[in-house]
Amino acid sequence: MDKPLLQVQGLTRRFDVSKPWLNRVIEREDRAFLTAAADVTFEINKGETFALVGESGSGKSTIAKMLVGLVRPSAGRIIFDGNDLTAASAPEMRRLRSRFQMIFQDPFASLNPRWRVGRIIAEPMRTFGTASGADVGREVGRLLDTVGLSAADAAKYPHEFSGGQRQRIAIARALSSRPEFIVCDEPTSALDVSVQAQILNLMRDLQDELGLTYLFISHDLSVVRHMASRIGVLYLGRLVEVSGGKELFRAPQHPYTRMLLDAVPDLAMSGQRRTPVTGEIPNPIDPPPGCAFHPRCPLVMDRCRVEMPPPVPTPGGMSACFAAPLVGAEAGVDQPATV
Amino acid sequence: MSQSRLFRIWDSDVMWSFRHSPVAIVAAVVALTIILAAALAPWVAPHNPFDPSSLNLMDGFSRPMQPNEFTGNTYLMGTDNQGRDILSTILYGARISLFVGFAAVGFAMVLGIGLGLIAGFRGGWVDNLLMRIADVQLSFPSILIALLIFGIARGFIPPGMRDQMAIWVLIVSIGLSDWVQFARVVRGATMVEKNKEYIQAARVIGVHPARIAITHILPNVMGPVLVIATIGLALAIISEATLSFLGVGVPPTQPSLGTLIRVGQQYLFSGEWWILLFPALTLLALSLSVNLLGDWLRDALNPRLR
Repeated sequence: MDKPLLQVQGLTRRFDVSKPWLNRVIEREDRAFLTAAADVTFEINKGETFALVGESGSGKSTIAKMLVGLVRPSAGRIIFDGNDLTAASAPEMRRLRSRFQMIFQDPFASLNPRWRVGRIIAEPMRTFGTASGADVGREVGRLLDTVGLSAADAAKYPHEFSGGQRQRIAIARALSSRPEFIVCDEPTSALDVSVQAQILNLMRDLQDELGLTYLFISHDLSVVRHMASRIGVLYLGRLVEVSGGKELFRAPQHPYTRMLLDAVPDLAMSGQRRTPVTGEIPNPIDPPPGCAFHPRCPLVMDRCRVEMPPPVPTPGGMSACFAAPLVGAEAGVDQPATV
Repeated sequence: MSQSRLFRIWDSDVMWSFRHSPVAIVAAVVALTIILAAALAPWVAPHNPFDPSSLNLMDGFSRPMQPNEFTGNTYLMGTDNQGRDILSTILYGARISLFVGFAAVGFAMVLGIGLGLIAGFRGGWVDNLLMRIADVQLSFPSILIALLIFGIARGFIPPGMRDQMAIWVLIVSIGLSDWVQFARVVRGATMVEKNKEYIQAARVIGVHPARIAITHILPNVMGPVLVIATIGLALAIISEATLSFLGVGVPPTQPSLGTLIRVGQQYLFSGEWWILLFPALTLLALSLSVNLLGDWLRDALNPRLR
């Protein structure tokens, strides 16, 4: 739990969303860029679950895709176990790829409908050459057993399974290259609430059993509370707060975190006064100057409209807010520990 | 699990829809009969119309189902000016028509699927280039394209080889005029599939893009391709007949249905209608039944109409 397995430093991704060249010339418009992730820095220790939370459009999925190599970062570094992924050579990358995997959001889209389950699960093994011949079938059966399905299911097609079972298949595929680090991009948001808990418990059991490290992406704070040992809060592509899982819920430092927590439906909170979530996430093509959260912030000061608040260390991690200590003190008073 | 593969195919959704569509059944029977009869022509045809020793000029212009006034021989569909049995020439002709049709569609399919996959998967300038070529080609009638390619190709082939090569040149010209349909459909389906998460999952593992295209995307875009291929077969047979009718297709020594129709129409106004009518009816029955099969297949494979 001491050495970081993954270090992300100043990770930035801009997407070119300009109109075609001819339109730009005729309509006299400049190129437009959407900044999906800006200067994101965090570390994930071996064996922990680091959660990224944020509203739609906050850049959660873009960060996940950059980590596994689906999207190339515009700037910044991703250091996995001492190897810089952004500068790795092709053979080096090939070797490293087997050590991290991804679980996707939609189990109905993440399995090839024309492939049998056995072939789907075996694909990483075959690609990395970790198993061959009869070993593949045995290993597939073992993985299916591990995720709570039966070895005979390998002969079936994905459409013969329910959403929860499909997500189990996706987890088995992710485990098949024996990775150390798994990026989970909202793995339960497409599932029924009753199935969500089963999948989350399976993921926790696997973590204990195999010593896995998770990056867990979600917009659902109740799921995150169940899973995460540390949490990073994203707003418009920037990390506004990083904190320990319990601390974040007990003493949120950033006003945005507080707003998110107030929006969680919770029986213990019923009857208490809440600060409703106001406003919407601004257009990332044209973000507000200064702190991106200032148009919605209840604690906004003149300084916030001009200056970008730098990350300030807090007891649990960091917070990027000029008023952060103030929020923490206040939150400590009127918010009971609900964890 | 213990069911045989054949039973599973028979029990599938597509077969269920087939068993419940009288049009599809009739079309399949007609198409299969013609295809089988043509394929087995040397064994099922009453005569070999290209064996001069078996021909008797006295048999010429026999009317269908009526004994010839000189020889007394009776022919089901009559004979042409040289005494060739029309039924036999149709069987041999359909053989060539079908061969050209299948080969041209196969060629168009391979070309179209390949280019469509590349365009859809790579995107960017490759996609732009290929699709602009397709657009330009689509703005001409395909028979014109086939004529053009056929004419140019003949210019490069030495005169002695022309008759032997004609059928292959014909296949390539029809195929080249027909690939656009396949490329467009495959490109569209590829662009939908490539953004799905199972493709991303393969990319995370580092599977080679060409391998992703062939093992992951191709099986998922074959449904619509099958439909166009069926309708394309009917179109290719008609294209071949049109070219042969215009006299630029297969050489007269290997007459296809189109050639037979061209020859037959010379006799139409002198009253020998059967020389034209029977090959034309065969062409009609063949292309109509294949087309109806394609229509049925499109509905059967369309999940929204199920």
